Amino acid sequence: MSRKVLTGSYFVHGDWACAEGALAAGCKFYAAYPITPASEIAERMAVRLPQVGGAFIQFEDELGAMAAVVGASYAGKKAMTATSGPGFSLMQENIGLAIMTEAPCVVVDVMRGAPSTGQPTKAGQGEMMQVRWGSHGDYEIISLVPSSVQETFDLTVEAFNRSERYRIPTFVMVDGILGHMYERIEIPEPEEIDIVNRKKPTQTPEEYLPFKADEDLIPPMANFGDGYHFYSTGLTHDERGYPDMSIEVQDKLIRRLSDKIRRNEEKIIRIEEVDVEDAEILVVAYGIPSRSALKAVEQARAEGIRAGLLRLITAWPFPTRILEDLSSQLDAVIMLEMNYGQLVREVERAVKPTPVTFLPKLGEEPHKPDEILTAIRRCSG
Amino acid sequence: MTRAIEEHPLTGYLRIDRVPHIWCEGCGLGILLNSFVQALKDLEFDMDKLVVVSGIGCTGRASGYIKSDAYHTTHGRAIAFATGVKVANPDLKVVVISGDGDLFAIGGNHFIHAARRNIDMLVICANNFNYGMTGGQLGPTTPIGSRTQTSPYGNIEQPFNLSALAACSGAVYVSRWTTLHVRRLTESIKKGIHKKGFSFIEVIAPCSTVYGRYNRLGDGLDMMNDLKEISVIKHGIYPTEATIEPGKEIVVGDFVDIEKPEYSDMVQAFIKEQMEG
Repeated sequence: MSRKVLTGSYFVHGDWACAEGALAAGCKFYAAYPITPASEIAERMAVRLPQVGGAFIQFEDELGAMAAVVGASYAGKKAMTATSGPGFSLMQENIGLAIMTEAPCVVVDVMRGAPSTGQPTKAGQGEMMQVRWGSHGDYEIISLVPSSVQETFDLTVEAFNRSERYRIPTFVMVDGILGHMYERIEIPEPEEIDIVNRKKPTQTPEEYLPFKADEDLIPPMANFGDGYHFYSTGLTHDERGYPDMSIEVQDKLIRRLSDKIRRNEEKIIRIEEVDVEDAEILVVAYGIPSRSALKAVEQARAEGIRAGLLRLITAWPFPTRILEDLSSQLDAVIMLEMNYGQLVREVERAVKPTPVTFLPKLGEEPHKPDEILTAIRRCSG
Repeated sequence: MTRAIEEHPLTGYLRIDRVPHIWCEGCGLGILLNSFVQALKDLEFDMDKLVVVSGIGCTGRASGYIKSDAYHTTHGRAIAFATGVKVANPDLKVVVISGDGDLFAIGGNHFIHAARRNIDMLVICANNFNYGMTGGQLGPTTPIGSRTQTSPYGNIEQPFNLSALAACSGAVYVSRWTTLHVRRLTESIKKGIHKKGFSFIEVIAPCSTVYGRYNRLGDGLDMMNDLKEISVIKHGIYPTEATIEPGKEIVVGDFVDIEKPEYSDMVQAFIKEQMEG
């Protein structure tokens, strides 16, 4: 039998690390439709899942794949899918279903750029707003943005833990470069990996109300087949899970679905700060561009410029308050994205009135350290 | 002599706290639900092992009245969701109950692929020839010439023959009944629950409130009487020959009952092989 956690040192690409992170977290179900540059995750899962007692299924489309992930989650399995831009658009419908019926699950988006088919084999960071707002109605989600192959492994584990803790779909937003880039990673011993499992009901089936939340706003979750005989619907529902079209129930449910994340923002948000303490010029970046940014900030410091780097590890919830607090010490902010302006809007909102210089990159190539350094020099001049 | 019954014999299978249901007077869906729970009772089916899934629309509400684990998905995705449930936990029996629009228009792709895979699942489709809940629009089974809100001059689109589509896509059990054939339908549901593989039961159901009204078919009772007049039982006929056309007989019966390797069994077999290998 092959091991669930492949403890050891490997030279692998981001998609491989993502698949192994999922397995290490306890993923037992994967459904997806082939798409570049995420197909390698499916290929790895097709080999590995049966070895650890899990099931892989290739679906007829991403609509179905996402619906099946929600079904598997309700059947008690940790479940994942991975896709890219066009497939991510199709998944939005049942991402909404997972949010509404509080199904823990992980969705990986190995991002490219452009609307429609765009450049399938090229990288981008095209869905940073879609991940937040792509499905209809009011909701909150959690999304993580790794910047190395090692972090892709680590954050995929983290994504499962957060989805199980908060009963919410959790997203790993991998830029296409990282998905296909090889780096050395260390997979730890199984006992060194923290695993979170969903809260189970302690009530009898007769007493169980499937959508009655505890004080943390999260309801314990029975699985299908546990004998609880409960009903769940994408319609607005009361604590019994029954459809209810009243204003009161809508108000209570929609607030709770968002508040269970909003109230825990401080626990959920993760950033990395480099030389931020006395920084006057702050570079904000995430994913692959943040690695060029680190180099540029080091060079700027060597030139005596007080530059710092704030790297997003969670993109959503967005660290608005952290940036607000920093803004008073800042003369300028430089934002890097491999798109034509998505999270920069959040940065601008948070640091107002500090001026923000935006450096977009469209089409495969990430920012070069020199370009960033030039921008830093310009801001300090 | 009349005798008071303390409790309805099917109460244990239904969410009585959700009664009254939402369906109109004269609708066939109550009869379908009754047949389904009667089949469960006859089989003494272990309700811990049952998951009922439905999509959106009038029939989509059926899952909410059955006292098992049950889920009401997005429009068209009941079969895809149910596939996830079955693959994740093959010990569960998964039954999808939904309407013709949900399963064959917006959800058509999932239907043909689930049948192709031959995943163990019973799909019961209430075919009422239109979208009832949204007020009576043209659907994938609306007969040629029929009037609906979106075919005001008569339908010009060729309809699907659902039972034929199921058979051609690979279903191992296919039958068609009307809501008039309560006992036969109940027997078919029992067969479908027991059958290992993708099973499909088409249930012709009157929608007197909208489809019946626009086509001057009378009330629910009139539509049931029509079904009595025009339905003919022909077991074993290949369903491509059992078309549904206005003014012609509706052929009902057990059409297909074959054996094929089942998908979730095969998934479990290679999991076993890989884990031991």
